[in-house]
Amino acid sequence: MSAAPIELPRWVDLVLVPMLAVVAAFFVAGLVVLAIGENPLQATALLLRGALGSGEGIGFTLYYATNFIFTGLAVAVAYHAGLFNIGGEGQATLGGLGAALVCLNLEGLPGWLLAPLGILASAAFGAAWALIPAYLQAKRGSHIVITTIMFNMLASALIVYLLVNVMGRAGSMAPETRPFPAASHIPFMHVVLQGLGFPVPASPLNLSFVLALAMAVLMWVVIWRTRLGYAIRTVGANPTAAVYAGIPIARITVIAMLISGALAGLVAVNEIMGVQERLLLEFTAGAGFIGIAVALMGRSHPLGIVLASILFGVLYQGGTELAFERPAITRDMIVTISGLVILFAGALDGIFRRPLAQFFARRKGA
Amino acid sequence: MDWLSTGIAVFDSGVRLAVPLLFACLAGLWSERSGVVDIGLEGKMLVAAFAGAAAAHATGNAWAGLGAGILVSTAFALVHGFAAISQRGNQIVSGVAVNMLAVGLTALVGNAWYKQGGRTPPLEGAARFEPITLPGADAIRGVPIVGPLYADVISGHTVLVYIAVLATVLTAWVLARTRFGLRLRAVGENPAAVDTAGISVMGLRYTAVVLAGVLCGLGGAYLSVAQAAGFLTQMTAGKGFIALAALIFAKWRAWPALATCLLFGLLDAVSIRLQGVVVPGIGQVPVQAIQALPYALTVVLLAGFIGRAIPPRASGLPYVKER
Repeated sequence: MSAAPIELPRWVDLVLVPMLAVVAAFFVAGLVVLAIGENPLQATALLLRGALGSGEGIGFTLYYATNFIFTGLAVAVAYHAGLFNIGGEGQATLGGLGAALVCLNLEGLPGWLLAPLGILASAAFGAAWALIPAYLQAKRGSHIVITTIMFNMLASALIVYLLVNVMGRAGSMAPETRPFPAASHIPFMHVVLQGLGFPVPASPLNLSFVLALAMAVLMWVVIWRTRLGYAIRTVGANPTAAVYAGIPIARITVIAMLISGALAGLVAVNEIMGVQERLLLEFTAGAGFIGIAVALMGRSHPLGIVLASILFGVLYQGGTELAFERPAITRDMIVTISGLVILFAGALDGIFRRPLAQFFARRKGA
Repeated sequence: MDWLSTGIAVFDSGVRLAVPLLFACLAGLWSERSGVVDIGLEGKMLVAAFAGAAAAHATGNAWAGLGAGILVSTAFALVHGFAAISQRGNQIVSGVAVNMLAVGLTALVGNAWYKQGGRTPPLEGAARFEPITLPGADAIRGVPIVGPLYADVISGHTVLVYIAVLATVLTAWVLARTRFGLRLRAVGENPAAVDTAGISVMGLRYTAVVLAGVLCGLGGAYLSVAQAAGFLTQMTAGKGFIALAALIFAKWRAWPALATCLLFGLLDAVSIRLQGVVVPGIGQVPVQAIQALPYALTVVLLAGFIGRAIPPRASGLPYVKER
C-alpha cells in the first residue's frame, strides 16, 4: 500500500514526525480560524481552558478520550496485520446494539453480572460486524477497505430500521430504546472516587476509561509479547515471509479483525452503558473515524494512542466550550482538525520524513 | 393509467437521483483506472456542493456556482493527487482525510458566513439550473407510453443531467478509442511499462485526478444548485460511497457505470416512494432495506459470488521510478 520506507532514527520516527504533523495540522486550522474572522491564539486559549481549566472539564476530556482509545486501538491492531479497518464506526454501532440487547432482555440480573455481560456483548457484536469483511478479505480477496465502508453504511441503515420499527420505545417518536435497568450502568468515576474518599467534580467520565487503559496495556502485551502478536506483525510486515514461516495468513487476518471489531464495539460501553443508558442513533459521533487519526498519530503504539486520544479529548471538550464562547467556531472545527491530522500524519508524512532522513543521513556521514 | 403515471414519476425521480452518483462514479473511474484509489469522492462532492451554492448565491448565476464547485473540488483533488502521486502517501488515508476535511470545513465556513446552522440561503431564479424541455416533448406527450416517457423521463431535466450522459459517452470513447485513453488504462495496470515507453506516469495520473475533481465538482454543484435550492450540511449523505459501490459494480467501465447508477438511483426513488406504504401480505415496507441494497449487493459482488470485480492492477500503489 505504501512505497519503500524511509529510514529514520527511532525517536524521530515515533515522536518528531507525529509532532510535526500535529503542528502542521494546527497551523492550517489556525489559518481557517483566521479566514472566518476569529483570533486563533484566543481560540486556542479558550479551548485549552475549556478542556483542562477545571476538574469537570478534565473529566469530560477523559470521557471523550475513552472512545478514541477504543477506536484508535481498533485501527492499530488491524494496521499491525496490514489491514485498514475503516469500519470502526459500524462496529461501534453494532456494539451498541449488543449492549442494548443484553441490558434490555436480561433485566432481572444483578449489576455485577449484567454489566460484564453487556461489555462482552458490545465486544462480541463489534467483532461479529468485522467478521464478514475479515472473512471475505482472507478467503475471497475482497478489499477490506471497501467492504468495511459498505458495512458502515449497512450498520447505519440497520440501526435506523431497528430503532424505528422494532426496538423503538412505544409511544415515542424519538428513535431510541427505553432506558436500561439501573443495574447495567457503568459507575461514574466521580461516584467511585467519592466512595474512596477523593471527591472530584461530576462528569460523564466512567469506569470505561479504566477499561480502555486496560485494553491499551493488553494490546501492548498481545502485539509485542505473544506468539499471536508476532504472527500479526509478521503478516502485516511481509505476508510472503509469513507464508514461509508457516503462519496461516487467512486465520491471522480474521483474528486481527475480530480483535479490532471487538475494541471498536467497546465504544458502546462508554457511550451507551456508561452515559446514555439507552440505545440511540449516531451515538458513535464519528469516533470510528477519529480512531484513524489517533492510530496514525500514535504510530499504532498503545502509549501513543492513549496520548493522541487525550489530545483529541481536549479538542472535543475544549471545542464544545469554545463553541459556546465564540459561536462562529462551531464543533465542526474538530472534524476539520481531525481531517488535517489524518492528512499530515498519514498521507503527507513524506514531506517531513524525506528532509529529516536527508538531514540525519548527512549527520551520520559527517 | 394510474400505474403508468406512477411508474413514470418514479423513473423521472430515479434519473434525477442517479445523476450525482453518475458524476462521482465516473470521477472514481478516471482516478482508479489511472491507478489512484479515490475514496474521497464523497468529500469532493460535498465541498463542490457548498462552493457551488455559495457562489450561485453571491452572483445570482447558476453557471458561476458550477464553476466555483468545479474549482474547489479540483483543488481538493489536487491535494489528494499530491499526497498519492508526488508524496507516494497512503491513498486510502488521504481519501479519508479529504472526506473529513470536507464535512468539517463546509459546516464551519457555512456557519461562519451565513449563520443558518451551516446551510446557505435558498437559491432563486437564475441562481439555479432550470429544467430544459427537449424539442418535441410537448408535441408527442399524447402518444401512449412513448409520449410520457419522452416528455417526462427523458425531457424536462436540468442541463447537468444531459452533461452527465455526455460525460459517460466521452469517458467510454476516450478510454477505449484514443491514445490518451490507452495510456491512461496502461498506467493503472502497469506503470513501469508506460514509464519505459517514455510517457510520464505522474502526468497521466495527475490528469486523471484533475478529471475526477472536475466530475465531482459537477456532481456536487448538481446537488445544491440544480436538485436542491442551496446547501445543507452533509447533503451528499453517502452518495460518494454509493458511487464507489456503483464503480465496483460496473467493474470500472463507463457504460455499465451509467446502468448501475440508474439502477441505484431508481432504487432510491422506489424507497422514497414506498415510505410508509403498506403492501398487502408483507406489511410496511422496510425502506432502509431498499436503501441498504446497493451496499449489500456490492459486498456480495466483491465476495465473488456473482461474477468477479477485479480492480485495475496498479490501483492504490504509488509508482516509484527505479534508478
